Amino acid sequence: MNIAKLTIPEVQDGLRQKQFSAVELTTEALRFAQAENPKTNAYLTFSDERALAAAARVDAKLAAGEPIGALGGVPIAVKDVIVTQGVKTTCASKILSNYIPPYDATAVERLEAAGGIILGKANCDEFAMGSSNENSAFGPVRNPVALDRVPGGSSGGSAAVVAQGTAVVSLGSDTGGSIRQPASFCGCVGVTPTYGRVSRYGLVAFASSLDHIGPFSRTVADSATLLGASAGRDERDATSAAHPVPDYAALLGDSVQGLRIGLPKEYFAGLAPETGDRILAGVEVLKRLGCQVSEVSLPHTEYAIATYYIICTAEVSANLSRFDGARYGVRSAKSDTLADMYKNSRGEGFGTEVKRRIMLGSYVLSHGYYDAFYLKAQKVRNLLTQDFTKAFEQVDALITPVSPFPAFKIGEKVNDPIQMYLSDIYTITGDLAGIPCMSVPCGTTAEGLPVGMQILTKHFAEDVMFRLAHQFEKAGGFTA
Amino acid sequence: MKLTEENVRYVAGLANLTLSEQEIHQYAEDLSGILTHMEKLNELDTTNVEPMTQVLFAGEENSSLREDIEHTPLPNEVALANAPVSGAGYFKVPKVIER
Repeated sequence: MNIAKLTIPEVQDGLRQKQFSAVELTTEALRFAQAENPKTNAYLTFSDERALAAAARVDAKLAAGEPIGALGGVPIAVKDVIVTQGVKTTCASKILSNYIPPYDATAVERLEAAGGIILGKANCDEFAMGSSNENSAFGPVRNPVALDRVPGGSSGGSAAVVAQGTAVVSLGSDTGGSIRQPASFCGCVGVTPTYGRVSRYGLVAFASSLDHIGPFSRTVADSATLLGASAGRDERDATSAAHPVPDYAALLGDSVQGLRIGLPKEYFAGLAPETGDRILAGVEVLKRLGCQVSEVSLPHTEYAIATYYIICTAEVSANLSRFDGARYGVRSAKSDTLADMYKNSRGEGFGTEVKRRIMLGSYVLSHGYYDAFYLKAQKVRNLLTQDFTKAFEQVDALITPVSPFPAFKIGEKVNDPIQMYLSDIYTITGDLAGIPCMSVPCGTTAEGLPVGMQILTKHFAEDVMFRLAHQFEKAGGFTA
Repeated sequence: MKLTEENVRYVAGLANLTLSEQEIHQYAEDLSGILTHMEKLNELDTTNVEPMTQVLFAGEENSSLREDIEHTPLPNEVALANAPVSGAGYFKVPKVIER
């Protein structure tokens, strides 16, 4: 058994054929992950006790001949912005460095109910704000494919553990590309489902109108299984969708013959040449599978970055006001008055990028600027969403690059916030419209750096997206 | 759009953030650059466009509401377990009202 390459079906076959017990597999997975972690810094916390207890429950079910669940015995990592009862959840921030949540996120609860084993918490950019995982208060994550490069962000740790083989699958969160961009940089599958598809109860809020939880995996089928196990209505999240959850994994085998694919022309300008070449080679694979490819236009794309950074920072400034040193988290030693406690706990506890976004958001919402920035951005968001609605009248799915370039070097963009923001150009539009989108491996550059192809479909058409990605994976042999 | 250090101090006050002199200097520069980029939106005429505040889907009336039944809240000691300072069943903060 090569633990670093296991898939969900392989774990379940191994358990049923008694090649290993869930406790044996979990013990070995924890040992391997802890031994390998210093190379990448992808895990912040390991939850050995909780993992072994969950594994023992799976073994008991196996012994009793009961079903073990869709994720029975599967080692999983969870991004550290998703709360886990009794297991430290820091959001990669100094201000929450001592926080032990008293409850589980719904997504975590559902994964464990399906038999999943949570090995630990994955590093990320502080409060999920960043595109390189260099904004973690606990040090950057290194890309397992090229250790001097970033894994992408903000779910850099969730992508790295899957690429490194220190978890079979993982959960991340995506607000502007934080699942797809790291998946593309690390060469794994990463899925941002429809807005509201997975409950955000227990996801520490960053930008509530944009936040999503979604899976990472080494195969498309494993992401389909993980999404199926975590999705669905949750009465504790009023924004969670009541739409029924199809059996995504069971629908993967259907043909993609005749599916209409659109290539938005605005997404193919300004690419690194090798990235463009890889995506166009991927499109050729889809053509061979019988897809009909045509060019489409999403004319407002060039306004997406400005729109996104107004809306997301406005929501940041509101959501992060709860971190004040009063009820949880770290309180500044300089807290002689209530006002000092607030200002100093926040000033000392938040990192540079988080403070930059709180400042921007407070500014665009402040008196005299609200209409010029925030209201304007909400209107342009509508135009950007209508672009997609019109495109999906002509095609079933859109294919684009995930990122204009492959993984960059650690330190390369860290001092230039605008350059960093521009790296999200192809991913933020999907979040603004709330449509499902994913990154699927699409080969590598000459240097060996992974390139990710993005597939976008209309609301709740995850089945079409997964089917395309699965058939592409089978035909292209691009699996991580 | 150019932000002065005075503007930055004012916004930091609104946001309840203590910033160092170096941070104030840095953010004046960063925010000026980012806001200039954001002014790109003014190229678009949005007179008759509705603002989009949220991603919405068709659903039954009140489908986002749960049944109105009681739930057990977190026990007091559990809610206080992460408090930097607590006592007598409450969160403790520096004195607010002077005698």
